[in-house]
Amino acid sequence: MSVEMQDIQLIFMMPEILVAVMAMALLLLSAWTHKGGSGVVHWMTAMTIIAVILVIRVGEGSGSTFGGQFVTDAVSRYMKVLICLGMVLPIIMSRDYIRTHDMDGGEYHVVAMFAMLGGMIMASSGGFVILYLGLELMSLSFYVLAAWRRDSGLSGEAGLKYFVLGSVASGLLLYGISMIYGAVGATGFKEVAAFLATPDGHGSQLAALGVVLILVGMGFKVAAAPFHMWAPDVYQGAPTPVTAFMSVMPKIAAFAALFRILFDVFAPVHAQWGPMVQLLAILSMGVGAFAGLVQTNLKRLLAYSSIGHVGYILIGLVANTPEGMQGVMVYLTIYLFMTVGVFGIMVAFDRQGLGEEISDYQGAAHKQPLMAFVMAMFMFSMAGIPPLAGFVGKLSIFMAAVKAGMVPLAVAGVLFSAVSAFYYLKVVKVMYFDPPVGESKMFFSGGGLLVVTLSFILICVWGVLPGDLMAWTESSVKAWH
Amino acid sequence: MLSLVTFLPLFGALVIAVGVHNRPALARWAALVVSGVTFLLSLLLLEGFDPGSHAFQFLEESPWLPGYGLYYRMGIDGISLPFVLLTTFLTPVCILSSWESVQKYVKEYMVAFLALETFVVGVFCALDFILFYILWEAMLIPMFLIIGVWGGPNRIYAAMKFFLYTLVGSVLMLVAVLAMGIKAGTFSIPALMDHPFSLVFQIWVFLGLFASFSVKVPMWPVHTWLPDAHVEAPTAGSVILAGILLKMGAYGFLRFSIPMLPDATRVFVPLIFGLSLVAIVYTALVALMQKDLKKLIAYSSVSHMGFVTIGLFTLNEQGVEGGILQMINHGIVAGALFLLVGVVYDRLHTREIARFGGLVHRMPVYALIFMVFTMASVGLPGTNGFVGEFLILLGAYLASKGVAVVATTGVVLGAAYMLWMYKRVVFGEIHDGVSTLLDVSKRELILFVPLLILVFWIGFYPKPFLEMFHVSVQHLLQQASVVKVGAMVVK
Repeated sequence: MSVEMQDIQLIFMMPEILVAVMAMALLLLSAWTHKGGSGVVHWMTAMTIIAVILVIRVGEGSGSTFGGQFVTDAVSRYMKVLICLGMVLPIIMSRDYIRTHDMDGGEYHVVAMFAMLGGMIMASSGGFVILYLGLELMSLSFYVLAAWRRDSGLSGEAGLKYFVLGSVASGLLLYGISMIYGAVGATGFKEVAAFLATPDGHGSQLAALGVVLILVGMGFKVAAAPFHMWAPDVYQGAPTPVTAFMSVMPKIAAFAALFRILFDVFAPVHAQWGPMVQLLAILSMGVGAFAGLVQTNLKRLLAYSSIGHVGYILIGLVANTPEGMQGVMVYLTIYLFMTVGVFGIMVAFDRQGLGEEISDYQGAAHKQPLMAFVMAMFMFSMAGIPPLAGFVGKLSIFMAAVKAGMVPLAVAGVLFSAVSAFYYLKVVKVMYFDPPVGESKMFFSGGGLLVVTLSFILICVWGVLPGDLMAWTESSVKAWH
Repeated sequence: MLSLVTFLPLFGALVIAVGVHNRPALARWAALVVSGVTFLLSLLLLEGFDPGSHAFQFLEESPWLPGYGLYYRMGIDGISLPFVLLTTFLTPVCILSSWESVQKYVKEYMVAFLALETFVVGVFCALDFILFYILWEAMLIPMFLIIGVWGGPNRIYAAMKFFLYTLVGSVLMLVAVLAMGIKAGTFSIPALMDHPFSLVFQIWVFLGLFASFSVKVPMWPVHTWLPDAHVEAPTAGSVILAGILLKMGAYGFLRFSIPMLPDATRVFVPLIFGLSLVAIVYTALVALMQKDLKKLIAYSSVSHMGFVTIGLFTLNEQGVEGGILQMINHGIVAGALFLLVGVVYDRLHTREIARFGGLVHRMPVYALIFMVFTMASVGLPGTNGFVGEFLILLGAYLASKGVAVVATTGVVLGAAYMLWMYKRVVFGEIHDGVSTLLDVSKRELILFVPLLILVFWIGFYPKPFLEMFHVSVQHLLQQASVVKVGAMVVK
């Protein structure tokens, strides 16, 4: 692989550069100002990310730089917007939370931005090395974020667990990459794809082993069963806004990378990865549906729910069609807003130390009818009941599956979704059917209220009129090749 | 016009949800006015409807997700019109019936009912399969809350069971719908009716749809959610459940299974006859042994719906028309019976049959009304139940004599449990607690009068009702007799 010196077009990585520069600038700013400056850092972070979203939106066409190591196109831009949203929305709503829990150094925001940067690089990676770099930057930042709550032992435990298991996953991924390198002699996506397309590459067992290990590593990152063990503990222990980042952003980044890896690089060996991803999908849906049934902690419940959602999203990958890809994008978008909305409500409860156990919501419909209604709609949406957006996500995924002739997988998917409906209903039941106990008040910060309201409106509107969402994802997918 | 009828209640629900605070009386009146206006508007539909044509009328179409081939399509024919009317008619009745019995969260209750009305009317009007599915499932949310929030002591179990049973069936239907739509390249219901599918494909899809519709009807052995849901739901909830929601399943058979999958339908007729006969006889026997009034009527509903499914799948004119008419009848009669139970429940706060007795001495008007509906349920000539059952049995006789014979025993058993129940509740010694009861109030009387009129109207002169769907049924039977598989070979 030869990198020609003139092949450096920084314009393609404008958003990433902006994030990196601003993250370092804010680090300096927070070092020089006293704690009072953290408000500035907070809002500047939010504004930076919004600016980055605008910069991403300006970009058009597709291109690659650094010898094909860094790629940008409509799909990666779409996923980057999601990554930014997945970061900025929890940031906006976490202002109150981080103050209450003494996480209020500016570093919190800076580390979050680095995580986002890592995710964006993953979404744009054009080679396995840069993919690994992005992934590690993101993961390391998340290990730190998960352990950020110094007033909670669970948080430290979460960070450690995440670190140990995440490192194993990264190791496996790296091992897989080295296998691929051994077989191909290059790590660029183009070179690997070209090799795999030859009869040699087709039969290469070394490369096949690499494919498996890379899938395992990525499976860890998206918390697909059977590589999901870390998720419930980490979700539960991590500070609530961080859980909100964690349950959304790495998944978007990983799926953006998986698009390229599976649909482009490993396309010639579809027969090998197809059944594996299918197995991951079925196991994830199953674990998500059945393990969620017995949870009493809302964060753990959401962890299993997210494992289930990953299962549905993986169906879109198995479909291996443009519709499947669009389904993944639609589902991730909707999943992002549902999740952020639910966590927004949990954060608003946190001032009283409540909100993490399902029983904290007992009788909420009597005490906070509006909030309970919004929460119930999020739950119905997650269960995929129309006319809410969650249904649109499931519809696009299952439609892609049926179109690709995978009816049994679709049947398994809908049945698991019916099982998981039980625990979403359980939350609704606790809020609506159980008598209220004790006093509880919600403290919505302005930002939190904004995020929850926005998510709620989008979930309702997209459930009925998903036209613009569909049009945008469709045009991105069409520009894929 | 159709969209107006469909979405007016939802709009009203939103207005009530946002605009009314801490004023239950206002919420009640607003809901009553909205549902009343909706009913009047739906009568305009009847006025403008041409029963001489089998085509879908009041068509509306606009793109929804053209990329996926999804459109917002609405329209009604002679088969859907009666159900639209039944829904818009029963909703104000339900709201009126909960005037006093619902005292907590009145506003939310009314909002839920109006939202429910929109979804149900939408189900009967939808001409796009995905739109149909969305409304079909959306209906679960308000019904779940109605049972769970305003229901009886065991309401949580009943609400969960109701939701999950229905959901499992529905999601299988979703896959079937997707498979059909993708195979045919459109989700338009009229287009799907004409699309030839292979026999194997039809059979699979039929099973998918059957999973959903049979739970909703409900057919034996997936009927067990119904007694729980009925017993625990508030009175109006039971009325809506029995009166309308059960009809959605049978409507699904009529609208989708029979015309779209005629070959598979013919394959499955024996199975459906078998299940229906078990439902008729077995649930009638179960009903005989019930101690709870509502449960008894719930089981009788299952038994009656067994007649309906037999009627629909005789695939001859008498049977299908009888089936549709019987659905309307059952909507009226079972609805009225639940209202009657509600009347005594509001006074005595029990539904146990043994706690009643001698009601006739204290509540003569009530006893009279109760008798009329009991007779209608039994199928006494002169009431609507007779016409429906007679047509169904006639159709069943033409289709298969054995089925007709077994089904007739269901009529006998039906008479047995209804009359025995009536005797225990209304006649006999005056039971403690019954002695102080007041007869039906004016408000309650207003509820029953239109229902009574319908009972006798259909009983003595069913022609206008039958004419409403006669042409459409003929068209349906024509579609059902098509051999789609053969058509494919020719192509």
